[in-house]
Amino acid sequence: MPTKILDLPDSGFVLPGNRACAGCGIGIALRQVTAALEGRMVMTVPASCLTVFGGMYPISSVGVPWVNVAFPSTAAAASGIAAGLRATGRDDGMTVLAMAGDGGTADIGIQALSGAAERNEDFIYLCYDNEAYMNTGTQRSGMTPQGARTTTTWAGKRENPKDMPRIMEAHGIPYVATASAAFPTDLFDKVVKAKGIRGLRYIHMNTPCPSGWGFDPKDTVRLGKLAVETGLVVLYEVEEGVLRLTGRSAALARSGKPRTPVAEYVATQTRFRSMAPETLNAVQAWADTRWEHFVRRDAEPS
Amino acid sequence: MTAPARPRIAISRPAAGEAGRTGDWRAKRPVLDPAKCLTAKRGDVTCQICWALCPDACITRGAPPRVDLEYCKGCGICAQECPAGAIEMEPEQAHGVCAVDDDGAAR
Amino acid sequence: MSDVTATSVMTGNEAAAAAARLARVQVIAAYPITPQSPVVEQLSAWVESGELDAEFVAVESEHSALTVCIGASTVGARTFTATSANGLAYMTEQVWWAAGARLPIVMCIANRAMAAPWNVLNDQQDSMSVRDAGWIQLYCRDNQEILDTTLQAWRIAERLQLPVMVCYDGFLLSHTVMPVTVPAAVEVDAFLPPRAAPLTVVDPDDPRNIGPVVLADTRADAEGILRPGYMEIRASHHAGLLEALDVIPEVDAEYGAAIGRSWGGLTWEHMLDDAELVLVAAGSLATQLTVAAETLRSEGIKAGVLGVRAYRPFPVAALRAKLAGRKGALVFDKALSYGYEGPICTDLRAAMCGEPDAPLVWGAMCGLGGREVSPDQLADAARRALADGHAGVRDRPTDWINLHPEL
Repeated sequence: MPTKILDLPDSGFVLPGNRACAGCGIGIALRQVTAALEGRMVMTVPASCLTVFGGMYPISSVGVPWVNVAFPSTAAAASGIAAGLRATGRDDGMTVLAMAGDGGTADIGIQALSGAAERNEDFIYLCYDNEAYMNTGTQRSGMTPQGARTTTTWAGKRENPKDMPRIMEAHGIPYVATASAAFPTDLFDKVVKAKGIRGLRYIHMNTPCPSGWGFDPKDTVRLGKLAVETGLVVLYEVEEGVLRLTGRSAALARSGKPRTPVAEYVATQTRFRSMAPETLNAVQAWADTRWEHFVRRDAEPS
Repeated sequence: MTAPARPRIAISRPAAGEAGRTGDWRAKRPVLDPAKCLTAKRGDVTCQICWALCPDACITRGAPPRVDLEYCKGCGICAQECPAGAIEMEPEQAHGVCAVDDDGAAR
Repeated sequence: MSDVTATSVMTGNEAAAAAARLARVQVIAAYPITPQSPVVEQLSAWVESGELDAEFVAVESEHSALTVCIGASTVGARTFTATSANGLAYMTEQVWWAAGARLPIVMCIANRAMAAPWNVLNDQQDSMSVRDAGWIQLYCRDNQEILDTTLQAWRIAERLQLPVMVCYDGFLLSHTVMPVTVPAAVEVDAFLPPRAAPLTVVDPDDPRNIGPVVLADTRADAEGILRPGYMEIRASHHAGLLEALDVIPEVDAEYGAAIGRSWGGLTWEHMLDDAELVLVAAGSLATQLTVAAETLRSEGIKAGVLGVRAYRPFPVAALRAKLAGRKGALVFDKALSYGYEGPICTDLRAAMCGEPDAPLVWGAMCGLGGREVSPDQLADAARRALADGHAGVRDRPTDWINLHPEL
């Protein structure tokens, strides 16, 4: 049974008065990720928005062991931490969590991540995808959606983002899931499930960013949910190659009702303000194709 | 053998308020109406959506949930997501903080 | 590993691997590059056969190789990797990280020329190019010294909380066999006990954030106690390197007491007592210089050799003491700061500058990309330098040895 809001533990690893922007989706998610692992973890974090939660020396805003590492190196650092814990006999009950942004994962970090996945290293890798380099001022990343204006795509990005979860799935790792910061219970359940699996577990989490996407901070959860309603973000998990839609995406697929048009979603964010109609059509077609793909795979007998 | 001086490395310890009193960032504060809040009305711990969705861990579980105004940045997610519409974001000046003169200047 | 001391014929790479095994290294990260690859091949074989109880992580790049060491060392493991040339350049970001984080990682460098153009043969441009990154750098003259220095490296590293590069010349040592005495495991265990608790704390019951953003200025913690800023942390790092000037000879002496061999600590010398002309180099080149010095002696030139074993920290006081009152010092570099001169030459000039009885310091460039250099050519270079010295030549340019500038 999926966890309900009332069943979420009241853990308190993420502390108030942190340095993150108001309405940052990472904060919602980080509370659930640390709760799901009960704090028995070592986080490793590259340069990213998440570093902001790590705080400025000598005070941190997150009460779990945390190792900061260089931008391209997250998955390799997690490999080393896991190996070091095993070698020193301290791995029992400890989860190594690599947590990086979309740039740190799909761009500069993809080599180390691919290597770690091929070796099936024993850690959870969680990519919080806020769809651009937000901590450096909203430059485009390989995960920025088509049509989005960033500070390096002033006229809107021309390309679709990489399909990072499917890239990871192609490595044959035991667990791949998508999640959204707007669905904390779905995220919690996936991290709990991942905790119980050995090997490399990859979770790709859509994470709305008020300042980078251009919306009022109050709408972080609303827009995270809307992305799922459009099918731009699909919630699913893949265990041993078998895909299963989860949460709101599963309900949406079962309902048979039409998804919310992408146009409604892009209208909520200033980053899409100058989006051309043909770009919108292309993004809608991209979302449709992907949605059909995942619904079809969800229906396949396991 | 030379006694080595203890090397200085950067290791932080966790504490609330790393960025100071982030409540100072707030332009509007969440105000909960117990007459509308589901959990307040029932008097037992139910709903707690505002607690679960607060990005700043500034809402304490309970009936009703309580907001830590020292650190709440005023993002308004709780008010936006409350299924009962029980939370209003009220301008700080209505609470005597950063009051504004007639000419618009803060005093 | 053997219960008894035994001598066998082995390459420099095999000596490095034997040292890692004797050190009971716990995590090894491996990525192939010529001429270092045989080090990790050998360690891989020992881990697979169960002769070495270690985690062996065969990563996808040198950047990740050093990162694995960083991660494992942070949680307390004794770690090792090895690389060369472009591999070292590729991991440069992490070279800095490992040092700044004060992690006692030991890394062997089988010195090789940097591309472009491609060249797999020896010079020392690779490790010299990261001299400023805050690692201790030790240069070896033969395979026995590789084994002994690598073992000493962990003792130094773990005492000072600093990473150590053990540098040895690619092919000239890495692939050349010579007799090496491998100490008994029990003797090494007594010299090098298991790593003590690290500086870093990785404990869910005492959660810490390691290596966060540090401000320029000092800042108080939650209890109001003032903590260092970036500059204090860097000054402490520098102090650690300077402290190594004492610790490197101490550890060399401890090793001598435990195992029976010492290597001179910061520097070593050959026929230096009455030498008027001192030939200076690091690594196997300095061994060749001993032959050149003997040739010069046979001609009545009072030549001697000063080998630089520790290049970082730079042993300024030791070098000044050894060179005081000599007439000339000719530095042979196998690396170049383009647009200036060889790095050891520059550093030695700076160290001697203003010393009342300083010798003239000249620079020579040799062996780049594996270019052959014979003791006769080295002796010729010494004769040229001496002649220029007698002629009162000022601003003598770096002398490129065995170069065909017409081509």
